[in-house]
Amino acid sequence: MAKDKSYMHKEAIEAAKEKALLMSKMTDTTHKTGDVRHDLLLSIKDLRLHFETIRGPVQAVDGVNFDLVTNKAVVVVGESGCGKSSLAKAVLRLLPRNVAHYSGQVVLRDEDTMALSDEEYRERVRWVRMSMVPQAAMNSLNPVLRVGDQVAEPMIVHFGMKKEDAMQQAALMFRNVGVPVDFLTRYPFELSGGMRQRVAIAMSLITGPDLVILDEPTSALDVLTQANIFNLLKRIKANLDTSFILITHDISTSSELADIVAVMYAGQIVEVCESHRFFTVPRHPYSAKLMASVPRLREREEPEFILGTPPSLINPPTGCRFKDRCEKRFEKCEQEPPTYRFGDDSVKCWLYEGKSEE
Amino acid sequence: MMMQTEYIEELHKDDALPSETKDADDGFVLNIDNLKVYFELRKRAFQHAGFVRAVDGVDLQLKRGETIAIVGESGCGKTSLMKTILRINKPTGGTIQFDGEIINDFKKNELKDLRLKIGYVQQDPYGALAPFMDVQTILEEPLKINGVTDREERIQRVRQVLEEVRMTPVDDFLRKFPHQLSGGQQQRVVIARAMILNPILLVADEPVSMLDASVRVEILKLLRALQEEHNLAVIYITHDLATVRYFSEYIFVMYAGQVIEKAPEAQLINETAHPYTHALLAATSDPDPKNVDEFQEVPAGEPPSLVTPPAGCRFHPRCEKIIQGLCDIERPPEFDLGNRHSVACWLFKDRPALREYSGVSE
Amino acid sequence: MKRLKDSLKDIGRYPSAIIGLLIVLFLVLFSFYTMWKIPYSDAIKMWRASESVVYKNPKNARPIWVNWFRKAKLPASADVIAGEDDSFTKESTPRSGGGNTIEFVYTFDFNYDEFPQDIFVYFTSNYETKNPFISMSLVTPSGENIKITDTGITRYQNYRFEQDENLRTRLKRLHRGNEPATAMQGLFTKLGSDPVEIDKGTYQLIIQATTFEEGSDVNAELITHGKVFGFFGTDHLRRDLKVAMMWGAPIALAFGLTAALGTAVITMFISAIGTWFGGWLDELIQRITEVNMVIPYFAVLIMVGTFYSRSIWTLLLVTILLNMFSASIKSQRAIFLQVKESTYIEAAIAYGASDLRIVTRYMIPRVIPMIIPGLVSAVPSYVFLEASLALLGLGDPSIPTWGKVINDARMYGAHYQGMYYWILEPAVFLMITGLGFALLGFALDRIFNPRLRGM
Repeated sequence: MAKDKSYMHKEAIEAAKEKALLMSKMTDTTHKTGDVRHDLLLSIKDLRLHFETIRGPVQAVDGVNFDLVTNKAVVVVGESGCGKSSLAKAVLRLLPRNVAHYSGQVVLRDEDTMALSDEEYRERVRWVRMSMVPQAAMNSLNPVLRVGDQVAEPMIVHFGMKKEDAMQQAALMFRNVGVPVDFLTRYPFELSGGMRQRVAIAMSLITGPDLVILDEPTSALDVLTQANIFNLLKRIKANLDTSFILITHDISTSSELADIVAVMYAGQIVEVCESHRFFTVPRHPYSAKLMASVPRLREREEPEFILGTPPSLINPPTGCRFKDRCEKRFEKCEQEPPTYRFGDDSVKCWLYEGKSEE
Repeated sequence: MMMQTEYIEELHKDDALPSETKDADDGFVLNIDNLKVYFELRKRAFQHAGFVRAVDGVDLQLKRGETIAIVGESGCGKTSLMKTILRINKPTGGTIQFDGEIINDFKKNELKDLRLKIGYVQQDPYGALAPFMDVQTILEEPLKINGVTDREERIQRVRQVLEEVRMTPVDDFLRKFPHQLSGGQQQRVVIARAMILNPILLVADEPVSMLDASVRVEILKLLRALQEEHNLAVIYITHDLATVRYFSEYIFVMYAGQVIEKAPEAQLINETAHPYTHALLAATSDPDPKNVDEFQEVPAGEPPSLVTPPAGCRFHPRCEKIIQGLCDIERPPEFDLGNRHSVACWLFKDRPALREYSGVSE
Repeated sequence: MKRLKDSLKDIGRYPSAIIGLLIVLFLVLFSFYTMWKIPYSDAIKMWRASESVVYKNPKNARPIWVNWFRKAKLPASADVIAGEDDSFTKESTPRSGGGNTIEFVYTFDFNYDEFPQDIFVYFTSNYETKNPFISMSLVTPSGENIKITDTGITRYQNYRFEQDENLRTRLKRLHRGNEPATAMQGLFTKLGSDPVEIDKGTYQLIIQATTFEEGSDVNAELITHGKVFGFFGTDHLRRDLKVAMMWGAPIALAFGLTAALGTAVITMFISAIGTWFGGWLDELIQRITEVNMVIPYFAVLIMVGTFYSRSIWTLLLVTILLNMFSASIKSQRAIFLQVKESTYIEAAIAYGASDLRIVTRYMIPRVIPMIIPGLVSAVPSYVFLEASLALLGLGDPSIPTWGKVINDARMYGAHYQGMYYWILEPAVFLMITGLGFALLGFALDRIFNPRLRGM
């Protein structure tokens, strides 16, 4: 049995415990308890992640910039193959073996995590200040370990807690996410899909991180289960000092959580927009097309589809990467457009040249 | 598998009498009456341990050229229902009439003819295609099996059907393998394969749920175009109510193996009756910026076990509008709300009952 | 199957695979060459070692190349026919009184450091009633003219130097003081040398044949049995070992490939059919497999060989029967169970595919990449199986295989008599076969099972 090294991380443990306790007292209201912070939590600058493959380097993440404030959620939307999952891996430094290029800045509060060594990163950042709920999280639970043990593990590994204490914390988290506490001793195959997803969320929250990245958290779940999970995420976002980066291709559900929408296309962020505006009048032509392609329950318009397919990330086209599918294309699109700022929003499109700072 | 005789009787208790079955000349492609599909659970090879009541008393009629949707969450029985229509499963009770013939007990050779008339589009486009066969071979298989021996004829038909699903230029795709195609393209091949034998009924099981949101619309529109061109009857099975609107005229909502509401599309969305349907609709999000500030109302609990379902109305443990003493004891009959809209809910007990389910369903 | 071809191109990336492939290719080509050079019927004849076939070969001769490593050179064998070879001349002159005087002269150099085993002369003659008469003598480099024999000959006469008592006696008298043990020693020792020294130089064997009839003729074939013969040497039955060494390849490959392929294909079908139909059939197959996995099949083969038949076909059949229900059924079943639930199989049922079609066209192709490496790696184990049985004396006696040669070598004391070549040659061939297939099989495994790629 590992020694109780929790004394080394007393502060962090206290913070985590407090968060969990706070979570358990959350009610279904959006009213924040006390003053809620909106300081800058995360700032990503020119993040690049390229993979080496037999056919050439895949430029999955190619110069991504955006900022995130505490207690807010940004949703990264895009089609499959646009690099959004790679973005999650790039931010959390979960790199595979065939990395060709990895650069940029990921500034968490005041610290550029990219500058840390792998060991420091592992000890201090990953799963301590930033964590992740991976895609198909239900299948990423270890099938031969009990779920309680898996959820408690980050506390033991990162904070040196004793097993009993960590299990207590895990039990609290289970209650918070809506999983019955006697499931602590069960194995993943004994749980339904929705339950497993909640367990994965509990595991990502147990150390009280500042930021949680969720990669397609509900893509395989039923509509009612999905609604439940989003209710949970909303509650957490409203009451704890936790922010979310939600990665999805499903625009409809993204509207449940998004405060800011970032649109990713072919490895680049082509638009960052405040959500109220995005879901009504987005700026980038691609965003407009995405919005138009969503089947809606409550409106009678026929959705349209976007012609063509996204470009390959191995040899991305020169100039604006969306130009081959854009109706509003003109000669200037042969060159890569810069990113124009509109307050906190931004757009990477020549159509907005000269219109910045409206 | 030994079944007690009382059990057999129980299964056929509510079957319509032979004289009441619809005439094939009415143009009904499918006529399903009180269908029950139970799977036996076995402990240790030979010990009987109960039944999974996947489909427990479902009525469904489908006319030629009509599109219906079967909506429900996972575990509600829609997949088992579909597989029984395709005769991949065998019905345990009730009758299925396809194009005028009762197909419950069809043997292998009769099933072969049946299979020519039904096209099946599956959910997972990649899994639905044999990874070691190229597109041409995949599409030729149904033709080869059903006796088209002339190679030229087969290739002709393959080209024809690929053009219909808008995979052009056809020659580019004939020799490709599934892993070389995008999700949308794979699904088109699956649809092509379903269409290749000129079916009269198309069964599409979640055809777009594994595709990207932006590709979904393309494929749904394709299916609709095919349906119109060939006057196909289509059963569209999904859990995503938002897409149902673009593609079906009539909707069946299933819960825990039973149909709890059926209505034409506009009726279902605008004059929703069953509390469960309300919940489903409420939980289906449109991209609305107001969503982020509101919490959704979700019925507590989870769908029930199909081995020991709740007594009475199967939704009663989660329903806010439960009528104690009624909903938890008796299974509600199907009440007619007019305009082809009916609902199985005691809240509407003052309406005329279309069909009763006798006794207590355990 | 296109993906299969792409995968096979991957072989180029592994040097061990290329070596393995080259070895296997070499063995295959070698087998074809053997089958062309020495047709099967000839090989069997040569292996049966009847007198007429093997008379020309020395007994237990070493391979020629051992002389490269020896200071004391061993004598080579020779086989010359009078009149056909420049070294063995034949001159025929008529004589008065009918018939001919025929003089045969065989000129040869002898520079070896050891005596030959024996010398034969085969005379063939034709006559009506009066048989010819021959007189043979040897002229040594030092000028001695040693009389060998005077004798009448019949139509087929075989004169062996070592079997002539008179010759030996004469030679003993000739080398008085240093009695030669063998005729060969007597003929080739320098007269008067002490210690015994071989008379090196050019010898001439002179045969004078006299025929007494018109048209009567004599022919002579001279065979020297040296102590080295051929590239592979000879065994105790005078059989040229090249027959066994060369023919061992196609036999081993045929046996190994047939057994491996036969077993693999049958096993694939059994597991596919069992998994697909499920129910009692699946249970039955699993139980048979489990029992079969426990049976020590080598012991069973020994029993079959001892009590029933040692024919190689029986061996092959029993091997396949025993290995049909091997443990790979279990692992293949795991894959088939997954494949069975695939959506494309469901679709196949929906468009009317028959059970047989589903099993053969949709399920079995999924497992083929998995079995190929196993198949290749299994070939040498079957080859060794046959060799092991042969080594234990249970091999097919009429067929020249490597294992049989090792068995003979062991039984006839090769290791006591320093005839290491007799054991090493078949052993090296077996090892090379094993190595080639193992390298190839392991590389294929890495190609088809990407998880091992890091290794």
